[in-house]
Parts: sequence; structure tokens; C-alpha cells
Amino acid sequence: MTDERKHTISLLVDNESGVLSRVAGLFSGRGFNIESLCVAETLDPGISRMTLVTRGNERIVEQINKQLNKLISVKKVIDLTDVAFVEREMALVKVKAKKEERAEILRIVDIFRCKVVDVSAGCYTLEVTGTAGKIAAILSLLSQMGIKEIARTGAIALAREAQK
Amino acid sequence: MEILKEEGVDTVFGFPGGAIIDINDELDKTDIHYILVRHEQAAVHAADGYARASGKVGVCLVTSGPGATNTVTGIASAYMDSIPVVVFTGQVPRVLIGNDAFQEVDIVGITRPCTKHNYLVKEPERLADIVREAFYIARSGRPGPVLIDLPKDVVQTKMNFKMPPAPRMKSYAPHTEPHKQQLERAIKLILKAKKPVIFAGGGVILSGAYKELFEFADKLNMPVTGSLMGLGGFPGTNPLWLGMIGMHGTYRANMSTGNCDLLIGIGVRFDDRVTGRIDDFAKNAKIVHIDIDPTSIQKNVPVTVPIVGDCKVSLKKLNSLLEQEDLTEVLKTRPNWLKQIEEWKSTTPLAYDQSNAIKPQFVVEKIYELTKGKAIITTEVGQNQMWAAQYYHFDKPNRFITSGGLGVMGFGFPAAIGAQLARPKDLVIDIAGDGSIQMNIQELIVAVSNKLPVKIAILNNGYLGMVRQWQELFYDKRYAATNIEQAPDFVKLAEAYGAVGLRATRADEVEDVIKKAIDTPKTVIMDFVVEREESVYPMVPAGAPITEMLLV
Ligand SMILES: Cc1ncc(C[n+]2csc(CCOP(=O)(O)OP(=O)(O)O)c2C)c(N)n1
Ligand SMILES: [Mg+2]
Repeated sequence: MTDERKHTISLLVDNESGVLSRVAGLFSGRGFNIESLCVAETLDPGISRMTLVTRGNERIVEQINKQLNKLISVKKVIDLTDVAFVEREMALVKVKAKKEERAEILRIVDIFRCKVVDVSAGCYTLEVTGTAGKIAAILSLLSQMGIKEIARTGAIALAREAQK
Repeated sequence: MEILKEEGVDTVFGFPGGAIIDINDELDKTDIHYILVRHEQAAVHAADGYARASGKVGVCLVTSGPGATNTVTGIASAYMDSIPVVVFTGQVPRVLIGNDAFQEVDIVGITRPCTKHNYLVKEPERLADIVREAFYIARSGRPGPVLIDLPKDVVQTKMNFKMPPAPRMKSYAPHTEPHKQQLERAIKLILKAKKPVIFAGGGVILSGAYKELFEFADKLNMPVTGSLMGLGGFPGTNPLWLGMIGMHGTYRANMSTGNCDLLIGIGVRFDDRVTGRIDDFAKNAKIVHIDIDPTSIQKNVPVTVPIVGDCKVSLKKLNSLLEQEDLTEVLKTRPNWLKQIEEWKSTTPLAYDQSNAIKPQFVVEKIYELTKGKAIITTEVGQNQMWAAQYYHFDKPNRFITSGGLGVMGFGFPAAIGAQLARPKDLVIDIAGDGSIQMNIQELIVAVSNKLPVKIAILNNGYLGMVRQWQELFYDKRYAATNIEQAPDFVKLAEAYGAVGLRATRADEVEDVIKKAIDTPKTVIMDFVVEREESVYPMVPAGAPITEMLLV
């Protein structure tokens, strides 16, 4: 499909076991794709927020939104795609750090405003936060030095408050 | 128990087991009618049939493990057909959950995709609220099955009981009121349409919109077709009725839909058996779609005017909006369109060749004639189901009970038992295939022991006929795995269970057998030995447009 777009959808759901499977099962059962999914409790311990990123054309995404709304454990569905919103992902990256490349790595850390969270003889572990684009950029730079391992979260997102 | 009564439950279908002994023990002390089935799948189908015939919520009670897994087909069928059923399953005590305990199964996990909602009751204090929520969810909005999994120790907890108030749920509020602007847009299209067709589905029956639909169609002199689930939503003997649409729809229904300029879908979901090749479906038409479930709208076909709302409420509002309109102009265009439809009807009516051997269509026609169209008809699945839909004409809703969406062989007989319990005075007939009837034949003893005068009419063709028909048409007549000629003697079988068995092998015996069955106040099996290789026509091959039908 040419008109496929990425959609970031934020859900408020009952914080009870099984809700995650309801949502995940909906996607697998109906052949929708999930690019990422993040869940954690909100300030109200009875409610969790799920942020999920999916891809599809308008008709499919309309179905996804409606189907999510139909789940009884889902309280609210907000498709952030057409509103202003802040989105962040995080990655932990273990990068090989040869002596002669350490300075370069630290420069990248500086430019991308990430943190070195662990250091060992031949290896730095970096914490990177940002949009998916930023994380992709830093990964491509670091791959020149050799990435040993990475762990990434999916996206989390919130709509921006209206200005003024 | 109190809640069950408050919810109007008078009948429960079930089968016992270790995990639910306590509930059966309590149930036995009430005046709720407990029907002991012989297979849990049948309990759910019976509850489904009961729900459809009574308009109430059907209730089942089964044990953990195998008892629970046996219900899955029944639940999935009720889910596809949007039938309100509440299924209680036993579960091992809470401390054992997750330990692969004896007869433990994660039934909540298994049924998640085929229930409207389901619960594992973890705290006894929540039980009462959950039961009320379950009934509310099952019957409201787009109805559907709800399952409640009950760990044995939760059930055994003794507590002070207080009837919880009617549930109010934050995350669940069905949208019954249609949007005014959309109704007005629909009216504009209706006033312009020269070749309109109404397409009515199960939603018309579930919402009780029979009268409103009639008023709407009558006022606009608009022809009506229906899905399998919609049969009886509009009187089947009315001249505006086109017959069923879809794969085995009538020629005129499919042609009208293919050529209309406005299609008003009411309580339908545009399933693939209805639409045929989707790109060609109602190609030249604007589509108005009324449904209570927003996910049904824009799912399969692009819709011009979506109306999310209860069918009955929406039709009522459309009718009153029409009151304010001058319909003379639009009614002037109607005779042309109806004449065209009449032509389709007279050139290509539903038909079959008569012969000495019994034609299955003839049996259904005779049943229709001799019951004056007033029986409650359930069906199995296959050719028998399609012939029942084609040749029995339903003038009233809730008289045709079939597994439409899932197409479960073995549905019809237990559903007939449920329907007979709901409507003891009505004549209930299961139009069956020789294959399907063997899938829940064990329920004969349930019908006999409860003195239910349910009739079973087997269209006995010695084949899994519908599959054979596909093999004849698309697999060079290679009848792999469909010959079931070697079958039990259904007359003796009936007798073995204490029912009455009758048989007809010639066309001239059919009428007598049906009459005798109707006059026998007992469970009766009628074994009609029919023409073996008869096929259902018209037929739209899978993937073809519905206007391209194979005719007799
Ligand atoms: C439980 C189940 N298994 C398999 C099928 C596939 N199937 C659909 S129709 C049919 C044949 C049914 O045979 P019979 O009951 O004799 O009916 P007939 O078509 O001959 O009237 C089969 C096997 C089904 N619908 N349900
Ligand atoms: Mg058969």
C-alpha cells in the first residue's frame, strides 16, 4: 500500500492482567502490525497507559482505532498522529571502544546528548533517548566502531498541551 | 443465584464436574430450570437458540478443563452471530492456577478472541458485580457471549450478599443514538435514488426493528433483500421482498444489488459470503450503512453515509424525518425499478426439477406449506441450511435460527432444544443434513427426557453435500472424504433414544411423514432419503461478483 503511514496510538486501559493480551491478540488475530508497544501504570494505579506504534493505510488504522475502542478494558484511545505530540524512545547501546576511538565516541555522546552509563576495558554502554530518528542516526554512527549489543524500548508519547 | 433471578434467568444449560459441584448444588435449591445436556458444546448452542427464540440472555454452566474447552465452538458461533449468552465455567482453586493442575485450562485466554468480554473472578467480593456486568455486556449494544471463569474456592467463599446496583461502566457505553446530520444526509440520498435496495441483516432482528423496517420500506416502496441472519426481519411473502442475497442468494436479489444506485445496509456486516468479489459489490451504488458496531462500518466496503446507532432507533428517526418530506417525486421513479426486478424474478426464479426421487427443496417447501410458515426453523450447516433459507419464507423475526457466521455443523438440533424450551407452544423443526445431525445426536436423550416435541427433518443425501457440490463444480467430481453413505439407521436410532422415527423414500410419501410428525407430540426424526447429487442454485463461485451466478 502506498498510503501507509506510521501511527502512534496512546491507550488508557484497565490495569489488570490480561489487558496486554487482549490488545496484542487483537493485532495478531486481525493481521494488524505492531511496531512497538510500551505499557506502564499511570498516576492512577487502576489505569495503565499503553503507547503503540503501528503502520497502515487510513482504512486499516480506522479499523484499529475502532477495534481498540471496542475492547471493554480499553478506556480511551488517542491517535496522536494528527496532533502535536512528544515522542521518545530509549536505547542502551554497548559499543566497542578501542583506545584510539574513545574520543570519537565521547564526541558523539556529547553531540547527541546521551550518557555513558557503564565503562569497561573495551566497551562503553550508552544511554540514548530521543525520537526514533535520532536513535537511528546515532546507531548508524556507532556501528562504525562496532556495536556489541543493544536494548531498545518502544516509543512512549503524549500530546502537547495547547499553547498559551 | 439471586442475581440470576434478577436478570430474568429461568433456564440454565449445563453439564457438571468437580469444579462446579457447589454451584449445581445451590442451583438445585432454586426453581431455575436446569437442563442437563450431554455435551457442553450443545449447552452453548442450546443457550444460543434459547436466547434467539426468547429475546433473553442464554445461560450455560460447565466445569473446568474439558468442560470449558468443549464450549469454545458454541461461544465462537454466538460471537459471530452476536447472540447474548453468558457462560459460567468452573476453574481450579486460585492457589492452583498456573500449576497445570488437574482439569485446569486457561479458558479466559482461549476464549479472548471469541467472546465480547470475559472474566476470571479473582476476588469473591467482585463476583456479584461481575455477574451483573456480564449480563449487561452480553445483551446491550451489539450483543455477544460473555464468559465468567469461577475458581472453586471463590465460589465456596461465604459472604453477605447485597444485590449490586445496575452496572455503570466507564469504558463501555454502546452508542445507540444515531447522529442527526448523518440521518439527514441519508434522507437526501434516499430522495434522489431511482434504484434503491434495502439490505437487512441480523441487526434488524436483534434490535427488534421489524416494524420500523416495514414502515420504512413500505413508505418508500423500496425493495428489501436480507442476509442469512436477516431472514424474517422483513416479511418473506411481501412483494417487496427480494429473497436472500449472496453466494446462494436469489437471482433478483443479487442483480438488484449489483445494479442499484443506493444500497441501505441495516444491521449487516458485508461478510464475504454476501458481497462476493468486493470490488464489484454494488459498484454503482452509494451506500448508507446503519449499525450499532462502529467496527462493522467501513470494514469491508466503502460507505457514503455511516450511521452508528441502534437499527430500531435509527429507522424510527428516519421514518419521522420522512414524514416531513414530499415523496411523490421519488415514488414516481419506483415502478420502473420494480418492473426491472420483476423481470429478473420471472426469468430466473428459484427452481428445481421435480422427480420421483425426493428433492430436498421439495421437502422444505412441503414443510413450509404444512406449517403455514409459522414454525421456528433451526438448521444445521451445508446444503440443508441453504435450502431452508431459500424455500422456507419467514414472515416474522426470530423464527429462523442458524449458525450464520461460523457455520457450525451440529448447531441446529441443540439450538432447537433451546428454542423449544423458550417457546413451548411453538412448533420447532431442525432442518438437518445427514452429516451435521451426527455431530450432536447425543442430545436426543435431552429432548426425549425433557419431553420436548422437537422435530428433526434430515435431508439425507448420503454426502457431506455442500462440500460434494464444490467438488462437483471445482474438483472434477473427485468426492474425497465426502461420501457418508454408510450411516446409522436414523429411524432405529430415534427409537433407541425413545423418540419416534419416520422415513420417506418417495416424493409421494413426504407429505404424510411431515403431517404425522407434526401430529406426534414427541421428539421425532424424519429421515428423508433425497436425491443424492442435488446442488444448491443459484451459486456464486467464491471470489466472483455476486451478479455472476451459476444457475440450475
Ligand atoms: C463443525 C464443522 N465441520 C466442518 C464443516 C464444513 N462443512 C460445511 S457444510 C459440510 C457438509 C455438511 O453435510 P450435511 O450435514 O450432510 O449437509 P448437506 O450439505 O449434505 O445438506 C461440511 C463438512 C462445518 N461447517 N462445520
Ligand atoms: Mg448430507
